[in-house]
Amino acid sequence: MSGTYLGMPSFPTAAAASTRDMRLRGNLRHATHTIRAKREQAVAELGDWQELRAAGAALKERTLRHLDHYLEQLEDAVTAAGGHVHWAQDAAEANRIVTDLVLRTGESEVVKVKSMATQEIGLNDALARAGISAHETDLAELIVQLGDDLPSHILVPAIHRNRDEIRDIFRSKMGDRGRAAPKNLSDDPRELAEAARLHLREKFLNAKVGVSGANFMVAETGTLVVVESEGNGRMCLTLPETLISVVGIEKVVPTWQDLEVFLQTLPRSSTAERMNPYTSTWTGTTDEDGPSDFHLVLLDNGRTDALADTVGRQALRCIRCSACLNVCPVYERAGGHAYGSAYPGPIGAILTPQLRGVGSELDASLPYASSLCGACYEVCPVAIDIPEVLVHLRERVVEGGTVSVRGRRTTVKPAKGHAAERAAMRAARWTFEHPRALRAGMRMASHARRLTPRRLPLPGAGRAWSDSRDLPRPAPESFRDWWRRTRGPDAGSADSGKAEVRERGERRDGGAR
Amino acid sequence: MSSRDIVLGRIRRALTDVPREETPENSPVPRDYWDTHARRSDAQRLDLLAENLADYRALVHRCPPSGLPALIAELLAARGARSVVAPPGIPADWLPDEIERVADDPSMPPRELDALDSVLTGCAVAVAETGTIVLDAGADQGRRRISLVPDHHICVVRAPEQIVDSVPQALARLDPSRPQTWISGPSATSDIELDRVEGVHGPRTLEVVLVSAADEG
Ligand code: SF4
Repeated sequence: MSGTYLGMPSFPTAAAASTRDMRLRGNLRHATHTIRAKREQAVAELGDWQELRAAGAALKERTLRHLDHYLEQLEDAVTAAGGHVHWAQDAAEANRIVTDLVLRTGESEVVKVKSMATQEIGLNDALARAGISAHETDLAELIVQLGDDLPSHILVPAIHRNRDEIRDIFRSKMGDRGRAAPKNLSDDPRELAEAARLHLREKFLNAKVGVSGANFMVAETGTLVVVESEGNGRMCLTLPETLISVVGIEKVVPTWQDLEVFLQTLPRSSTAERMNPYTSTWTGTTDEDGPSDFHLVLLDNGRTDALADTVGRQALRCIRCSACLNVCPVYERAGGHAYGSAYPGPIGAILTPQLRGVGSELDASLPYASSLCGACYEVCPVAIDIPEVLVHLRERVVEGGTVSVRGRRTTVKPAKGHAAERAAMRAARWTFEHPRALRAGMRMASHARRLTPRRLPLPGAGRAWSDSRDLPRPAPESFRDWWRRTRGPDAGSADSGKAEVRERGERRDGGAR
Repeated sequence: MSSRDIVLGRIRRALTDVPREETPENSPVPRDYWDTHARRSDAQRLDLLAENLADYRALVHRCPPSGLPALIAELLAARGARSVVAPPGIPADWLPDEIERVADDPSMPPRELDALDSVLTGCAVAVAETGTIVLDAGADQGRRRISLVPDHHICVVRAPEQIVDSVPQALARLDPSRPQTWISGPSATSDIELDRVEGVHGPRTLEVVLVSAADEG
């Protein structure tokens, strides 16, 4: 599957394949559980976490509700600071703009710092078609690129690879793209990181063109912000002569001061750190410091369609911390690849169908890749009510309705009887056939009843049923919990995750919701 | 129609639910989060900074102003460093005579910078609660790349005046028009099976010297 998500199988098909892959499951489980335990600590350090969360949500909401105003302000500020601003309606236009900019420099290589927007638009493939090699410089992205596959997690994209696989990939592939790995390279993470350092340093020191995304763009000042850990971002942002940043239009924030909210919530929610090792900010160009030529490509590519949906709009608040992935029982089972886009996990399940529409089997099945447990909402640092959007998108799959497609109001037909409906049904079934995912879901639901939709919008035959009947409210204690409480923790299940789930559930008692 | 006009047009059509009279400024944002997470004396703030820097594996040293040159000499000698890039704002007497002081020269090819042993800078502000030092290309900090390419970074922080409690306080002091680098410990990755490895592309060793007159013996 060389670097593209096109033609991916629908969620349940891909998910079934990855649940069979024991290693992927083991790795994912280890990763998600490790990160989320650390994250809880990092968040607990801030006594005003809920206030920061509310402010973050409100700031993003303010921005989205006046997006035209802030984008124009941003454009003026970037231009005044010596940068050039380009607007791209869709992936093809963004790729064309970047390709032209690179060709104009006469270079045939670029260094890239991890950017989900460029992954979303398939920039590397577009550059390759124009004879330009794009070198990914995040360690994980390098592993993914050399291994010729796709990222599986926002934060740790190569989490599906073990150290011995990484060593093999480095040994066999590094030489093809530059400085080769040492012959006797071991699988010690330190040695692997050192091999990557040497391989990439060659690229950085020669780089003339850098390509990045950005975590935030400040409308008031025209400042871009990149948050990272390894220092490859700093390399790409400062050593090349030309810098091209491709950024989704929703990444704008009103003022410099507003960063005080997100620079506190993002690192803690993402890598569970008080602060990530490196954050770079730059405004246009600076004389004799960093790139002398700076281009900002503002990307729509379906974002305005999500914006037009008053329920779905909140997905655009996302700051890509990946906390929702790490608490999602369905993600843990299915793995990131099953979501078929650059955006895995709960956020992918609500963002992808909005960016691309629910026309394909994959996109129609994504809103069903959830047990609606609500854990993703609780951890989200910008309070995106993911279950609410999922239910809303299910309704759209089932009932059709008026949506915006490339900025035009369009009526979509219900998926009933189509391949899309069957894919959606399979996804729903897949989720419900995985007891652990379901159990976590039911348990959370009983602790957070407000999250549960009153009606379960099941497609097809189920729909008549769910239309006419309210979904039974979850009992204060779910049946499964009752069973476990009365029969002892080992009753009826060999699932090793239960202690952990229980603990979470208990802490939720009397919690924020 | 340009793509700019098309995208802006799409946005305006998408936002027809926003009432006409709502302006960006009167879209409510509650700001009842805290300016700092504790009230601290200068000494407590300095201690917290030292603690948090060390927690993220920066090597932390403390000295009074009079002890600074000797401490810097010691740190460089311990690594066997012979060449140090130092921006113009670093006083001449901070570096020992036997060390080759290299200027922050924009025409120097990155490869030459890569061959230098160490970099010595000041900072614009330091954040105690997060263990962060912020460089903003001031005269004693230099261009962004000099604190990036050499493998050993010594950063001098003047206490108490350069240390703030929190991220909000730091942002209020900084000028967004200047390029900034916020540094919290040496670079790190957890990309291989979540094992933390320090030092991937930035300086693998970060030494922070906290200079305080209060430490004058
Ligand atoms: S939806 Fe929320 S929790 Fe998930 S990645 Fe985005 S900001 Fe983080």
